[in-house]
Amino acid sequence: MAFLDIANLDKFYGPTHVVKDFNLSVEKGEFVSFLGPSGCGKTTTLRMVAGFETPTSGSIRIDGRDVVNLRPNQRNIGMVFQAYALFPNLTVAQNIGFGLKVAGRRRSEIDERVQEMLAIIHLPELGGRYPFQLSGGQQQRVALARALAVRPQLLLLDEPLSALDAKIRISLRQEIRAIQQKLGITTIYVTHDQEEALSMSDRIVVMNAGVAEQVGDPFTIYNRPATRFVAGFVGTLNALEAVVTDPARGALTIDGQAIVLGRPIEATAGAKVGVALRPETVALGSRPEAGASLRGTVRDVQFLGSVLRVRLALDRQVVALDSFNTAALRPPAVGDDLEVGFATADMLVVSAE
Amino acid sequence: MRPNRIWAWLALAVGILYFALPLIGTIEFSLRMRRGVYSFDAYRAVLGDPQFRATFSFSVVMALMTIVLGVLVVAPTAYWVRLKLPRWRPVVEFVTLLPLVVPPIVLVFGYIRLYNTSSWLPLTGTAGGTNVLLLAGYTVLALPYMYRAVDTGLRAIDVATLTEAAQSLGAGWITIMARVILPNIMVAILSGAFLTFAIVIGEFVLAALLNRPAFGPYLQVLGANRAYEPAALAVITFAITWACMGLIQLVTRLQKHTQVPR
Amino acid sequence: MLPFTLFALMFLLVPTMFIVVGAFRAEGGGFTLAHIANLFTPSILAAFSISIRISLASAFLGCLIGFCVACALTVGGLPRWIRGPMLTFSGVASNFAGVPLAFAFLATLGRLGLVTVFLREWFGINIYALGFNLLSFWGLTLTYLFFQIPLMILIVTPALDGLRREWREAAEVLGASRAQYWWMVAFPILWPTLLGTLALLFANAFGAVATAYALTGSSLSIVPIVLFAQIRGDVLQDPHIGYALAFGMIVVTGIGNALYIWMRTRAERWLK
Repeated sequence: MAFLDIANLDKFYGPTHVVKDFNLSVEKGEFVSFLGPSGCGKTTTLRMVAGFETPTSGSIRIDGRDVVNLRPNQRNIGMVFQAYALFPNLTVAQNIGFGLKVAGRRRSEIDERVQEMLAIIHLPELGGRYPFQLSGGQQQRVALARALAVRPQLLLLDEPLSALDAKIRISLRQEIRAIQQKLGITTIYVTHDQEEALSMSDRIVVMNAGVAEQVGDPFTIYNRPATRFVAGFVGTLNALEAVVTDPARGALTIDGQAIVLGRPIEATAGAKVGVALRPETVALGSRPEAGASLRGTVRDVQFLGSVLRVRLALDRQVVALDSFNTAALRPPAVGDDLEVGFATADMLVVSAE
Repeated sequence: MRPNRIWAWLALAVGILYFALPLIGTIEFSLRMRRGVYSFDAYRAVLGDPQFRATFSFSVVMALMTIVLGVLVVAPTAYWVRLKLPRWRPVVEFVTLLPLVVPPIVLVFGYIRLYNTSSWLPLTGTAGGTNVLLLAGYTVLALPYMYRAVDTGLRAIDVATLTEAAQSLGAGWITIMARVILPNIMVAILSGAFLTFAIVIGEFVLAALLNRPAFGPYLQVLGANRAYEPAALAVITFAITWACMGLIQLVTRLQKHTQVPR
Repeated sequence: MLPFTLFALMFLLVPTMFIVVGAFRAEGGGFTLAHIANLFTPSILAAFSISIRISLASAFLGCLIGFCVACALTVGGLPRWIRGPMLTFSGVASNFAGVPLAFAFLATLGRLGLVTVFLREWFGINIYALGFNLLSFWGLTLTYLFFQIPLMILIVTPALDGLRREWREAAEVLGASRAQYWWMVAFPILWPTLLGTLALLFANAFGAVATAYALTGSSLSIVPIVLFAQIRGDVLQDPHIGYALAFGMIVVTGIGNALYIWMRTRAERWLK
């Protein structure tokens, strides 16, 4: 029995079906991200777990107990909002201690816990400041401390880093993950930034238009995307069109060039399929063993320092490839004839949309 | 947290009751002139009264002149402050807020003492002179609203760039004011104008103490002597005020349609 | 700039300063506090007392009722379409003061007023026999509320809008009930605005003349009425009293407005 069990969750706003048959089991201490574009239903699902929205149907069980009929202040859940939502009239210490004060704890107990939390978020001297005196990153850390001070059974974060600068986002997300692991608290994290999801989560739920398209750990999501959407949303992708010549052997042609995948394809001969290839799996020069190659003309070259990005024009389509910079090898020039290779296992056949 | 709607409806109901009753009462009273029967006699009596027409036209004219004077004083100032003299802003804003602090009765007291027949500028000596004083007083009363309206309008357009563009095309200051700035803040000016109109029409203290035949004192005298006509007048006044506010809303909404979204 | 400065000087600043200085100027030159001291006669003190009490009463009630209505409009969960017309109406009503307002209330709660008659004929309650009189302290206060409440609504509604939804949700998730949220978060955030608006309403009521004059004539001696009579020349004891009275009025309204501005700056600082 998982710690958090969401079963057959559905939400309608009038006629609009915003969350469709959502199912998820989360183990205790797990960090799960809901990843998807705006409007995909991830925030709505989170708010249903928190209790701010009521599901049209379905159940949400926390530690075995169905909480759908409980008010948010009865669920013992911690929540961190995108806009920090710190109470402007209270100091940092009073904000952090708010949940405990509401629960009627003794003053000494509250003070002790507040100091503890301030230490965990590395802001021990800022207890007496007001929110408007803090930077965005500091405010969000205080918001996290406030949510955790009451020892909730579940931590929910709604795009907490979206309002911050890029640099702070990176350092803060490492800090959040570290605190989460240290405290072992079950966490759900909503974001539209795939880098955040990939670097922080134990598992990711990729959502699109109210549907959970794939659930899995970051490695699987990135390397074995289940649907075209997941493949396109997570990481960059070469989406190419191919024509199947021999389904049994997995032979197809891309812009007239023959590729043999060595594994069967579910399609009829002559059918058009979509194939996906990650840029970093394509290498300059041909790769004969368990590999295939494509020939084309270099359309443009971007030297980005550690990464070299080359776009190769085939007959009609363009293949992009990323490779690490090697000081010994000069980048190709525009107009050069080039052959590139990749392992056939890296070319994914994705059902055409 | 589902807010308890019952309390909200209750509060609203009490509020509406409090505001609706006097209005209904006034309307009802104004219709009671002919004994036993509802009629518009009170309105007919009022509208037929030559005094009504005289004082009302006087006030309307004063209101229009106040609007003009207000725009002439406020618009160039607000423009100049925004463009060239940003450090004067706090001073000017303070001055425009003074009329809200100094009660009009104190103001008119000052006028009488300062500009009476034995002073350096005997404005109160003649009817025309007193009218000037009244006009100035009305403009001062409307100053805060007019300034705020114009300032908001100026903030919405990029004054500096428009001025530079006009200057590079050879326009002088008056042309810039008249052809470039004013048309673009016309909506803001109109809001200020309608508010000024509403204020001047109903104004009492200034006109009474300066002894001018304005609508406000006429209302008060009528109220002291007659029973039903004042109610009719109150309804008319309220309708005019409502019309002014409605026009402000209309005009502001028109602006939203014609302005290009940034 | 020049026309503005000239205009402001001639018709706003100098007349006001003239009054202020005049309050301290002795007969034949020199400065004196005698006129201010003369304010402390029983009749004038009574006038100030009544003025202050009416202003406090109408400001306090206006604050309370206006706040309830504003709450109903913003966080009360009422249908969206009610808000617009109510705010427009508040804009109208806050300007509907003076003589017509007095008439309106006379027509409703005067001896022959609609409500008076209605209560007498339908419920047998004669409010005048029970001691109510429109031409009195409470009658004037009730009338003043007609423009005080809308003013409160207009000022407080944006402040209530400023109460972000996330604060309520954050408080709730941390275990707070609605009452706890209001007590610990919302009211503390709002109270500078509330206090400041109370001061503003006070100043507003204190300076109002027309309504009082039209309603009670000279029978209820509030300060503006006394000054009015002074200017008119009805009471001709000591012209300098007029200056002193006017100065007193400026002080009171000035303090009220200053408080309002101070409170508003405080509120805005927190809500950056």
